[in-house]
Amino acid sequence: MFSRKELKKAILTSLWFVFLTMPIMVIKVDAIERTIYWRWLNSLYMAVGVFTVYLLIRLYQHRKNSRQSQAGESGPSVGFLHRLLQNPRQRLLLFAVVGAVVVIFPHFTSTYQVNVMTTALMYVMLGLGLNIVVGLAGLLDLGFVAFYAVGAYTYALLNLHYGLGFWAVLPIGGLFAALFGIILGFPVLRLRGDYLAIVTLGFGEIIRLVLENWGEFSKGPSGISNISRPGFFGIELPLEQAILYTYYLMVLFVIITIFVVNRLQDSRLGRAWIALREDEIACQAMGIDKHKTKLAAFSLGAFWAGIVGVMFAAKTTFVNPASFTFLESAIILSIVVLGGMGSIIGVIFGALILILLPEYLRALSEYRMLAFGAILVCMMIFRPQGLFANIRRHYHYHKKDSSEHDSSGQDFPKSQPS
Amino acid sequence: MTTPILEVTGLTMDFGGIRALNAVDLEVNSGEIVALIGPNGAGKTTFFNCITGIYRPTAGDIYIFRPDHAGRLSLKGLKPNQVTERGLARTFQNIRLFPKMTVLENVMIGRHCRTKSFLFGAVLRTRANRREEEEILEMSYRMLEQVGIAQYADDNAENLPYGAQRRLEIARAMATEPLLLLLDEPAAGMNPQETIELDRLIKEISRAGQAILLIEHDMKLVMSLSDRIVVMDYGKKIAQGNPLEIRTNPAVIKAYLGEEVNA
Repeated sequence: MFSRKELKKAILTSLWFVFLTMPIMVIKVDAIERTIYWRWLNSLYMAVGVFTVYLLIRLYQHRKNSRQSQAGESGPSVGFLHRLLQNPRQRLLLFAVVGAVVVIFPHFTSTYQVNVMTTALMYVMLGLGLNIVVGLAGLLDLGFVAFYAVGAYTYALLNLHYGLGFWAVLPIGGLFAALFGIILGFPVLRLRGDYLAIVTLGFGEIIRLVLENWGEFSKGPSGISNISRPGFFGIELPLEQAILYTYYLMVLFVIITIFVVNRLQDSRLGRAWIALREDEIACQAMGIDKHKTKLAAFSLGAFWAGIVGVMFAAKTTFVNPASFTFLESAIILSIVVLGGMGSIIGVIFGALILILLPEYLRALSEYRMLAFGAILVCMMIFRPQGLFANIRRHYHYHKKDSSEHDSSGQDFPKSQPS
Repeated sequence: MTTPILEVTGLTMDFGGIRALNAVDLEVNSGEIVALIGPNGAGKTTFFNCITGIYRPTAGDIYIFRPDHAGRLSLKGLKPNQVTERGLARTFQNIRLFPKMTVLENVMIGRHCRTKSFLFGAVLRTRANRREEEEILEMSYRMLEQVGIAQYADDNAENLPYGAQRRLEIARAMATEPLLLLLDEPAAGMNPQETIELDRLIKEISRAGQAILLIEHDMKLVMSLSDRIVVMDYGKKIAQGNPLEIRTNPAVIKAYLGEEVNA
């Protein structure tokens, strides 16, 4: 079943792990007794454990390979969910079920759970925004959180100084973030890949540092508190209902985002983004304005981040620079990569997993983040293309006799041109 | 009656101290197939890159004559996408398709500069936008049929056989409705059978009135296709004329085969 080479490699791997984990697994210092305990048995467990896991992984890969060679070259396997979404009736059913769950969810859980879910939905939206930039246009942006911060502080400051309400600032915050997207976009138009990543990383840090240090403008690290919650036709809601209201608002925003992003990626602009990602020179030679297309991606991605920023400020009623660290950018990027670049449904699942998992792993208390990390590593080993690889829509063209260009949906929510 | 389409005068391109192109003149008339030949490193692809805006030439002028525009339009200093908009479309020596997009989508990209819906059209799917999308689809599909790879429409471009990839590049360039089609070594890497089919395809495209400027090493193909041949060596134009003249031109033979030492 396993060749000798593989067994040898398994043994080597387990030895390596034993060595790596020795300081924490074997050596225990008792500071009071001033003695050191050597728990050598632990390293034995470690060795056996790693050996077994390694072989299991190999077994899985063997199976996968043999299955692939059996299936032949039938193209990428279409996942269950994609098949479900292809059939209009099943798709409708799926949407109905998801819709019902989303609507009744708050009535069966605690306020705490609703709050967590609202946060998760905010990350869905952030992920979808970044997905335009990274997944579709292929521009690696490590400072996405900057636009999120711009949106949040736009609302916080306008609310503080001018008493403007949530609904008034929502579009302003989005447009302001989009403006910042263009401001960042201009100087980096020539950059690609790693260079772009570094510049955007710097940009994200600049925004955070400005907010932290320009006390007169942003109140520095202490932040801005007492921001108004979203208004409900001028009625002040009690806390519990306000949380519920925020949740439903967020659901609505996510639906709008999905709708818009889905339409965008199947449009002339969406195709231009993907072409830009695939080959920049060919893209230009085919008559696509590189600068305009890149700026559109940057500003649109930033727009959604700005909207979520306003939402964030309204939900927590408090903003400070600590909410907009590089870690946030990294998480949003992980959502996109984990979910599957360019795939809307992937990003949704990626966000839910990445944000909800740490919450539900609380049972593991201090091993929570360790388990979280392990799950991420495993994900990337077993599904490097992300949870749901993006499947491009197939355009179908019928000859003139039917004079109808049906575009049967291969991708997630497909609204068909009637 | 032939009218000029492209006029290049004194095109010069320096890379640091190296003169890759030295005052090259060239014109292409409507309906013509002109071949640009020369040994490796003669500056043929540099010439293409200069006139399509990928490089900015050091000196010289490039003009295009558009039927909808009186007089000539300068292409010098324009960006590649603007050049394509004005009517030059090209293929690449080393195929540059969009590998993860479908074949049909690749051609649809070619329609980009002839259509204009942007953000709001895309999101709202207005009537104008839908009509435009339909036109893009129809035209792109026609292009695929014309070059004979319509059966691959829904495959990813990277999965296409080599010859079909070359054809797809031609279809994509044709989709921009160019005044002049620039082919950079379309037969490179093709087997004899594929070359014969390519010969047929290019003749077909030309018969429909398309002016073509091509770089090619396959002499059989060049001789069979071209109305006129321009020969380059060391960045200079060393000869031009019809295939017969070129075949017997001593300068060309010298460039290709070298000279006897004690001749």
